[in-house]
This record gives sequence, structure tokens and C-alpha cells, in this order.
Amino acid sequence: MKEIVVISGKGGTGKTSITASFSALAAGDLVAADCDVDAADMHLLLKPDMARAEDFFSGETAVIDPDACISCGRCYQACRFGAIHGAGNVYAVDPLSCEGCGYCARICPTKAITNHPKKAGVWYSSRTRLGFAMIHAALGIGSENSGKLVAHVKKQARVAALDQGKNYILVDGSPGIGCPVVSSLSGADYVVLVTEPTVSGIHDLKRVYELVKKFNIPAGCIINKADINAEMTATIRRFLETERIDSLAELPYDEAVTKAMVAGLTIVEYDTGRLRDTLRDAWAQARLRVDAIK
Amino acid sequence: MPDIVIASGKGGTGKTTVSTNLATLLAETDPVVLVDLDVEEPNSGLFIKGASDLSSEVRNKMIPEWNADACTLCGICQHVCNFHAVIKLGKEIMIFPELCHACFACSELCPVDALPMKPIRMGVTTRSKLGKLTFIESRLDIGQEQAVPLIAQTKADINHTLHGTRYRIYDAPPGTSCPVIEATKDADAVILVTEPTPFGLNDLKLAVETMRTLGKRIAVVINRSGIGNDAVEDYCQAEGLAVLAKLPNDRRAAELYSRGERIYTELPAFKAELEKIAAFVRSLPEGKPEGNPV
Repeated sequence: MKEIVVISGKGGTGKTSITASFSALAAGDLVAADCDVDAADMHLLLKPDMARAEDFFSGETAVIDPDACISCGRCYQACRFGAIHGAGNVYAVDPLSCEGCGYCARICPTKAITNHPKKAGVWYSSRTRLGFAMIHAALGIGSENSGKLVAHVKKQARVAALDQGKNYILVDGSPGIGCPVVSSLSGADYVVLVTEPTVSGIHDLKRVYELVKKFNIPAGCIINKADINAEMTATIRRFLETERIDSLAELPYDEAVTKAMVAGLTIVEYDTGRLRDTLRDAWAQARLRVDAIK
Repeated sequence: MPDIVIASGKGGTGKTTVSTNLATLLAETDPVVLVDLDVEEPNSGLFIKGASDLSSEVRNKMIPEWNADACTLCGICQHVCNFHAVIKLGKEIMIFPELCHACFACSELCPVDALPMKPIRMGVTTRSKLGKLTFIESRLDIGQEQAVPLIAQTKADINHTLHGTRYRIYDAPPGTSCPVIEATKDADAVILVTEPTPFGLNDLKLAVETMRTLGKRIAVVINRSGIGNDAVEDYCQAEGLAVLAKLPNDRRAAELYSRGERIYTELPAFKAELEKIAAFVRSLPEGKPEGNPV
């Protein structure tokens, strides 16, 4: 079983449309995982049935019992996150700022503060309209445990793939280089980088690839909207060569990508021409590369 | 000096395009601070050309450092750490900086002061100036997982040193999780940039829900107006959300963006819409409302 993670650094380069297309091409032999847990979109194309939904708890939030609080202010002074309000009066915790370190509860002289498990989100185990299993999640508003939820989604996807004897796990990652991305890279066999030939696309590709290198994971790259700036596309090609990143595909700027999305279809289902063929080739190449990894 | 945060649920909808073009337009007449808070993938600087560098400052976060000579191996530090960042292994205390939230509990509750807090580098903040525009960028070091402390420090610093500036525009990270909360929680107004597609709509809904939880004044900008469908506009109308502007879908805008160039000076139709956003920003009250400190 091999795990392929699709990331981009920069948002909006086409990660989700490409991941969904790959999943449609490999439908018989994969489990899909949407690890962009705070702005998940892949369900809009794959229409998972959400057959099983479970709350995901991670971390804690402090709660102050106003009847037991003597307004001594020790919690207020100890909190490094500005999460305790109400100076001079009975204190209260702002749950959005509380990081759940538990320091305040430990030092409260009247034991007025208790810690409560925090619901970080909901995760789903589904069957998609294309027949394969999909694990996905919705992070709670402002929740700070996206990395842990990502790890949980990946773990459940592995369980499902083993259970069903599938060879691939295809993971839609999140933008950036922070904890959810680090978490989605952990344990991955191959990374597909989706970029675009813009100053920001290249900048973000280079940063996220620095992170991939730290994990020592082989990578391939898809240049989306490649015809929007020929010079930048050439710059990206040189970067891929220098770094020995597999060049998987160059896709044209094509509004069919948006039209497919509006139709609720993956690109390879909607398009019957060059876009579809290019994506088929890209997946075939990625698959060959992944199969060769021991 | 209203604080205006440009945010979005989905990445790649045009936050940076709106932030940089808007800040530059406003700075034609008034002093403006533009702050890039997308510290994982900061891009605004790529679109502010010809600015002269003013300063560069290393940003640190605090983590505990074990003093073996003072330590009695009582294990309280491990017990009080809710993040498993401090582990007692045999006769050694191990610190895992990437797990540490800098709550100071281990350090301050250590009975023999064997865990003093020490600064370690997490990123860098640079300042530059172009006419009336002051540009500030914070950049997270690759491998650092937590964006929130760097965002918080950047905001605090701006509040100390640039409190008198007429407009402060912040380019936020994508998503709805903790970095977005940190970037937006003190804003006077949040402008959500979206695109008229199913992904754009889904992530706009998440962003609106997040900003409503924070009690923020919200306005929407629709980028690439003309692609996709009308569902975003219908949603905004149903929810009573002001649509400030509809930036036209134009391949030339994408090409200008790809080269890191300003768009409004080249495309009059884009400028006409951008002026509407500027008018909204100018209409915001100058003073900081009571009880809303940054």
C-alpha cells in the first residue's frame, strides 16, 4: 500500500481538482483522504455518503466556575495566550484563545478551573459516488488541532485501505507549510506538487519543497495553467530538473476546470480532450513512479 | 486607523491580489501599512516592487532549556506539560521544541528552576517602504509548524510602532483554523475574497461562519467574476452580506499577476471595482473602538 500526498504551498493552484481526477482514474484501487480539513472541498466532486460520522476530540479547554472564583488573578497572570478575561472581577476563559495547556487549572488556589475535552471536529468514513472509500473531516471553527485531525484522517484511510486490500491512498493536502501539512507528509511515499507559473506559485513551491526534502520523500510536479506565463513555466522546469523532481504534467489554463467543478464532476469525467488525456498520462506516470518505490 | 483584514476560506482566491492592489491604491493619497500575515507562504512582497528595506528582525519563541545540574528529576515538568513536549527519560529530561506551546508551565512550576525559558528562532519580520506605503512581512522558518506565535508577535509589534497610520491592511492566511483566528480576531472589518465557484462558495460559508463566531464586520469581494455560477451572489444576498466589488475574470489579470505586476494600473475595469473596495475602507471610522485592542 502506497500513500500519495498532493500539496502545493500556495492555495488555489488546482490541488483538489487534480486529486479528485486522479481518484477517478484509480477508482478501483484506492482510498481517498481529504486532509485539507479546515477548507475541505473534495466532497463537492466525489459526493461521499458520510455513512459514518464521529466527533474528534483533541486537546482541552479551561473553564472557570464563577462561584468558586475568588478573583485573585493568578490564572490571568499565568496565561501566555491572553485567553483569560475579566480583570478585577470573576475571570472567564475565551475558548478560541485557550490552547489547553492547563497551567491555570494547576495554580488556581480554589480549584475553580477545570479542563474539558475539546471537540476539534468531525470525521467521516464514506463511500463516494464513484464507489471507492473516502475518509474526510470538518474542523471545528477556529480549532487548533488541524494537524492531529489530519493524522487521524490518514490513519483511518490506512485502516480502510488495508481492510479493503487497496494499493493506493490518495491524500488531498492543505496549503501552507505548517502543522497540517507536516502532518499530511508524515508517512507519505510520494508527493505530488501542484504549482502554477506565477511569482507566488514558484515562491511557495520552493518553500513547500524545502519541507518535503526534510522528510526525504520523492516528489513529482504538475504545472497548472502552464501557458499563462511561458517564462515562469521554463523557470519551474529548470527547478524541477535541478531538484530531480519528476515532471508529471503541464496543464493549460482552461475554464473547463471550473465548468467541471460547477457540474460537480472531476476534470477527467467532464473533459474529453487534451485536459483529460494529460491528466491520464500524469496519473500513469505517478503510478509507475510510486510502484517502483520499495 | 482601522485594521482591515483580507481573508478567505479557500486559498488562491485573490487575497494577495486584493491586499497589494488595495494598499497601493490607498497609499497614492494616504499613509498605509500593509502586513503579510500569511507567514507560512508570504507572497505580498512579490507584488510590492521597488520598496526600500528599512529593517529586518529575527523572531523568537520561548522554549524551556534543561539545566541538568539543577534538576532533581522530580518529573513535575513532564506531568504539567499537556503537549508531551517535556519527557523524562531515565535520568534525562528531553524537550521537543516543535510540540512546545510556550505556556511556561514546566518552567515556572519547576521547584528548582531547572527549566529556564530560552528564545529560539521561528522566523523573521522585514519592513520596507515605498512612498506612503509601509510594508511588513513575517516569514516562518521552514520546519516550524506553529504560525500563531509569529502572527501574534507581528501584530503586537505593529500596534506599538505604527499605531498612528491611517489604514492598516492585513493579508491573512487561508482557511479557518487557528492562524486565521489569530490574524482576524482584532480586526475592525474583514473582507472575504471568494470566487464564484462551488469550492469558492463552500469555503466562503466556512469563513463567514468563522467570522460571525468572532463577531466581525464582514464584507465580500468576488474575484474572477464571470466564471462559474451565481450561487455565491445568491448566498450573499440571502445572508445579508455586502458584496463590495466584483473583480472581472480576465486572462490579462492572471498574466499580470503571474509576473508580480500591479493590476489596477493596467486594467480600468479592475480599477473601477477596486475603487469600490477603497471607498468601503475609507468609510470605516478612524478611531479604534473601545474595548477592541490589537
